[in-house]
Amino acid sequence: MTQETLKPQEKAALIELLYQMGDDDFILSFRGSEWLGLAPHIEEDVAFSSISQDMMGHANLYYRLLEDLGEGEADRIAHLRTPDQFRNAIILEEVNGPGTYLKEPDYDWAFAVVRNYFYAVHKQIRLDSLRHSSYEPLAEAARKIMTEQYYHLMHWEVWFKQLMTSTDEAIERMNAAIEKVWKDFGGVLTLVPSYAEIVKANLIDDEAVMKKRWTNKMEAVFKEVGAEYPGEPRMERGNGRNGVHTDDLKQALSTLSEVYATNPATGW
Amino acid sequence: MNHVSEIKNSMTDTVMDALGDVKDPEIASVSILDLGMIHEVEVTDGNVKVSVLPTFSGCPALHIIERDIKKALETVEGIESAEVNFVFTPSWTTDRITPEGRERLKEFGISPPPANHVMGEPWEIDCPYCGSTYVTMENIFGPTACRSILYCKSCKNPFEAMKPVADMG
Repeated sequence: MTQETLKPQEKAALIELLYQMGDDDFILSFRGSEWLGLAPHIEEDVAFSSISQDMMGHANLYYRLLEDLGEGEADRIAHLRTPDQFRNAIILEEVNGPGTYLKEPDYDWAFAVVRNYFYAVHKQIRLDSLRHSSYEPLAEAARKIMTEQYYHLMHWEVWFKQLMTSTDEAIERMNAAIEKVWKDFGGVLTLVPSYAEIVKANLIDDEAVMKKRWTNKMEAVFKEVGAEYPGEPRMERGNGRNGVHTDDLKQALSTLSEVYATNPATGW
Repeated sequence: MNHVSEIKNSMTDTVMDALGDVKDPEIASVSILDLGMIHEVEVTDGNVKVSVLPTFSGCPALHIIERDIKKALETVEGIESAEVNFVFTPSWTTDRITPEGRERLKEFGISPPPANHVMGEPWEIDCPYCGSTYVTMENIFGPTACRSILYCKSCKNPFEAMKPVADMG
């Protein structure tokens, strides 16, 4: 399908899906950028900021597709929506830890590794499916993103496996991070509320199928590193896809959009 | 192999020459033609439309590249306006970099990516200064999204390599 051949219902479902995926990349990219200068070593600082930059590029690709569908300019989509209009999963908006990057950042590296790795695995599954999306511009964007995502997934997988098979302290911290992420990671794996229409329009595979692919992969990885699989990922704080969010998103958006919101007409 | 799939008329050669002068804003020795970023060039009367394949999607240099292309083309005699479109099909891959581009990358101290890389397979990198294969990867991510950081154990120089990017579609 192209922009011209989309039926109204398919278009609405496509718009919903693009917001979900764009917002996921957008907010996690922002959380990643807050690590700049604070990562465990200088090579990681370079790598993480490069990954965050790529991910912001991916969000931009999805927002551009929304722009083409009449949702307004990409910059406005990114900067001028209220928190309840965001469709990202709640776990991706969570702060990196207590403090801010400017003042006493007590960030949790295990949390960063776990959240990014779990997300990268899901993103890979999502892109594999999107390659065959019925909406051709989305399939094209996915093929582009995949060339970059390849390196991201590899990066986080190395960190995850290394720390999970490292010292007792590392394993303890990683397990605490897994427990924290698991409570809300179910939100990443859902396409609700537009699930039925999204799948019907053949925009992406069935949510249940993709979730199964993710849990299969996770079970295999947990087994490989000798950890106990935590069971069903949950969605304890609600579904971000429905516009339910925490104050962490509000804080992130006000920081992110401070300059743009001051005067959207100004070039920057 | 670098290619431009549509050649509309004789103006195109002049336009291509002008595009050859547009350099990568971050690698001064390499043009966007060398990098294989030009997909299509269409000249109609005094208007030229160029479709460009972005290297990495978050590349902050795209606006600069767009500006530089327009600037270069609008000085060509007979060209009144130039339009730049970034497109994602086909995907930019590192095997689009021309043989000249590979040489110029080396001159800049960047090891070019393998010509026909299969993602997931090992990637052999030679030092761009001394040609040694005795190198170590310090960081697969580098100062820009498209580069990695390495160290040559033979000539003791740190250097960069362009990451291989192959179509996985």
